Amino acid sequence: MIAEQSRRDFIENLGKGGAFLLGFSFLPARSLAKAGEEVAASFEPNVFVSIEPSGKVNIVCHFSEMGQRVRTSVGQVIADELEADWKHVNVVQAMGDEKYGSQNTDGSRSIRNNLPRLRKAGATGRVMLEQAAANRWGVDVSECKAELSEVVHAKSGKKIGFGALVADAAKLEVPDQDSLKLKDRKDWRYIGKAVDSVDDAGVVQGTNVFGQDIRLDGMKYAVIARPPVVFGKASSFDASKALAVAGVERVEELPVLEGNAGMKPVGGIAVIAENTWSAIKGRRALEIEWEDGANATYDSEVYRKELEEAVKGPGDVLRSEGDVDAALASSEKRVVRDYYMAHLAHATMEPPAAAATPRGEGVEIWTSTQNPQAIQQNGPGYLGVKQEDIVVNVAFLGGGFGRKSKADFALEAAWLAKKIDGPVKVVWTREDDIRHCYYHSCNAQRFEAGIDKEGKVTALLARSAYPGISSTFNSAAENPGSFELDLGFKDNAFYVPHMRLENPKAKGHVRIGWLRSVCNIFHAFGAQTFADELAAELGRDPKDFLLELIGPDRDIDLTQTKNPYGNYGDTIERHPVNTGRLSHVTREAAKMAGWGRKLPKRRGLGVAAHRSFLTYVATVMEVEVSESGNVKVVGIWTAADAGTIVNLDAVNAQCEGGAIFGISCALGEITAKAGRIQQSNYHDYLVARMAETPITSEVKVIESDAYPAGVGEPATPPAAPAFCNAIFAATGKRIRSLPIGNQLRA
Amino acid sequence: MIEFNLNGASTQFDGATDTPLLWLLRDELGLTGTKFGCGMAQCGACTVHLNGTAIRSCVTPVSALQGQEITTIEGLSENGDHPVQEAWMECNVPQCGYCQPGQIMQAAALLKSNPNPSDQDIESAMNGNICRCGTYPRIRKAIAAAAEKGGAK
Repeated sequence: MIAEQSRRDFIENLGKGGAFLLGFSFLPARSLAKAGEEVAASFEPNVFVSIEPSGKVNIVCHFSEMGQRVRTSVGQVIADELEADWKHVNVVQAMGDEKYGSQNTDGSRSIRNNLPRLRKAGATGRVMLEQAAANRWGVDVSECKAELSEVVHAKSGKKIGFGALVADAAKLEVPDQDSLKLKDRKDWRYIGKAVDSVDDAGVVQGTNVFGQDIRLDGMKYAVIARPPVVFGKASSFDASKALAVAGVERVEELPVLEGNAGMKPVGGIAVIAENTWSAIKGRRALEIEWEDGANATYDSEVYRKELEEAVKGPGDVLRSEGDVDAALASSEKRVVRDYYMAHLAHATMEPPAAAATPRGEGVEIWTSTQNPQAIQQNGPGYLGVKQEDIVVNVAFLGGGFGRKSKADFALEAAWLAKKIDGPVKVVWTREDDIRHCYYHSCNAQRFEAGIDKEGKVTALLARSAYPGISSTFNSAAENPGSFELDLGFKDNAFYVPHMRLENPKAKGHVRIGWLRSVCNIFHAFGAQTFADELAAELGRDPKDFLLELIGPDRDIDLTQTKNPYGNYGDTIERHPVNTGRLSHVTREAAKMAGWGRKLPKRRGLGVAAHRSFLTYVATVMEVEVSESGNVKVVGIWTAADAGTIVNLDAVNAQCEGGAIFGISCALGEITAKAGRIQQSNYHDYLVARMAETPITSEVKVIESDAYPAGVGEPATPPAAPAFCNAIFAATGKRIRSLPIGNQLRA
Repeated sequence: MIEFNLNGASTQFDGATDTPLLWLLRDELGLTGTKFGCGMAQCGACTVHLNGTAIRSCVTPVSALQGQEITTIEGLSENGDHPVQEAWMECNVPQCGYCQPGQIMQAAALLKSNPNPSDQDIESAMNGNICRCGTYPRIRKAIAAAAEKGGAK
């Protein structure tokens, strides 16, 4: 466990008149040196490590914590290479600052993109501490070895603690990063182990401070009536009744959203009050005439038909191998299937929130953000202040899932703080969150397979149409970006000699954003349901057929696709698209689930496998469907190959939770009429509750020394198709459109 | 003026009596362990105890509190050592942690009224508490573990 993160420190913070109520474990990095303390007293070999004379090791986590246990994982990596004793480690949350490199906690990339760098940060400290000890003892550094917060001289048996070496080590030159010798994998103490989260004590006592929990001295509370249609605006409003509500102090109109949506706030009328409840009541009392703008006609049911029509015709060819048209024409049997998935919302348990206060020429912000630098980068244009004058403190996130990588809510708070020239917190209600989301794209897909006399799939034509995230940043965009089409579509893993993958056009009418695993959600649903459908058509076992369709172990050649395959920003040399690993997790998940065992009536097993964020995951679900159509997941078995991992229990937890998130993807839907989102809260935007989830949830993480891959997202894509394939096995009813809704009701 | 007992101490409030307890706790009293999730008793993040029973503070107006006893996550135990809190740590339940104070308060109330809940009892009692991270399998395990250790404390 982490060193005493004393309740006392926390209470002391509370007690200081002007102090911010920030949790002890979330003191911003600049507070490493407390008031009155000599900065030089600590040894800071780089921006990630600071060792105090007491021996306390402060490790900075520059990523945001939203439950993926990244603060613990970053601590593990650095502490391991530093040879720090875990009980002396204190994890400190970084503020937004370019000096850390990218802090965007998104794309399952914290570990996969930073493992070597973080290891070096720790090793730098270790090498310098060993040198400081060698100098003090007058021995060669090769005879000195750091071990659990001490440097040991084996020959003489001398030992000295890290704390006692701080002053000497601080005077040494930082060694060349390329010359650093990292520990052998076999010597890792913490990396790969199931280390408890450093933040759980604060969770169970309710002391961790999330964005919604920020309290600043003299702070006002704001809620905002935002335009019900994106790019709409208030043509007029009357605030008199709102201002008459006890506790309401001011009403301010935010700038109207123009140009591309990007990360900007959508505008609206803010009610500023003494407390949240007064602000909520004040907002209800606002009288506003809205002018809806260009998206006023958006109707998601009509739009669905457009997408479904679009996939019947050709689109941009993304990947083409062999001659699909000829192969389809000459095939023995052709199977065509259409799939649809509705818009989804993140619905993080913590609705977005941010507090801000004017600070000099600029503004200081406290918020639950996945990307503090995005706030700093998008702030100047919106706030009229310099980027360097925007200070961003990162609180705990009550869920992120991509929603909180956007700067909009933080910029609202910053703009209002400047406007009223004082501290203010913008509280999003659940209704705000559901209605002003960056929605997961709705999507239509068509799959057509040509099958020969032997029952082999020889041709595959697939089309995927959806409004892209690209449309959020460029209103004129008519196709998703390559970065979206690469997600589980272009990298189709099926072994089919004639394959063509196409993308018809589609324009955006709501803000589209990233949602945990993004386009992989619907692409896995389409491809993995289709595989299951072909198995059924051919009378084959779904798991055996899926393995056959994935085909022989090989690296898929994606060099001939339209636009280079992005591979999640990593190289294809380090991370080839390898079907052997995909097949392996499929077999492992099936084995865990006892695939092929006899099941009671109305029960079924379903399987799906998918590579995303460089990680291979296969999921088997067992469901029971009642006569009246109630579905219950009885068991989930997940096998994941994420290469080298840092925290085994965190990977297990992400696989368990990611699969349940995938079940939610089959339950909820966001629809729009006249440009207005029709859902508003958890009663009409459904997410999985305990009753929808099983007692049995087993995860197998494949032991691997391959390059580290993503963990936070990859368990989500195969979940919905495994779920629906299990429903088919239990009932014979095929789910081709999500949400499931009433499709199983008689 | 409304007077009630909060975490063992007498508390007065003379603001608008339609104020939900949630906002009194969070905004006026600085007890932010009780979380805002939905504002309409749909998610359970704001769960506290009223005379030992789990309620949703987001829909409980202060006017209903006269003379009542309220316990929040901050008052569940002295040092975070309630058997349910300990089980939560042992089972590594939390992910983001936002819903967990509400889950813990709900689970503690369940075990108080039903010290040995069946799987179905757990599911029924906890179904109103949403966890978007999907920690449900671990919540089930933690409640069972707390029950075994006498979580009704």
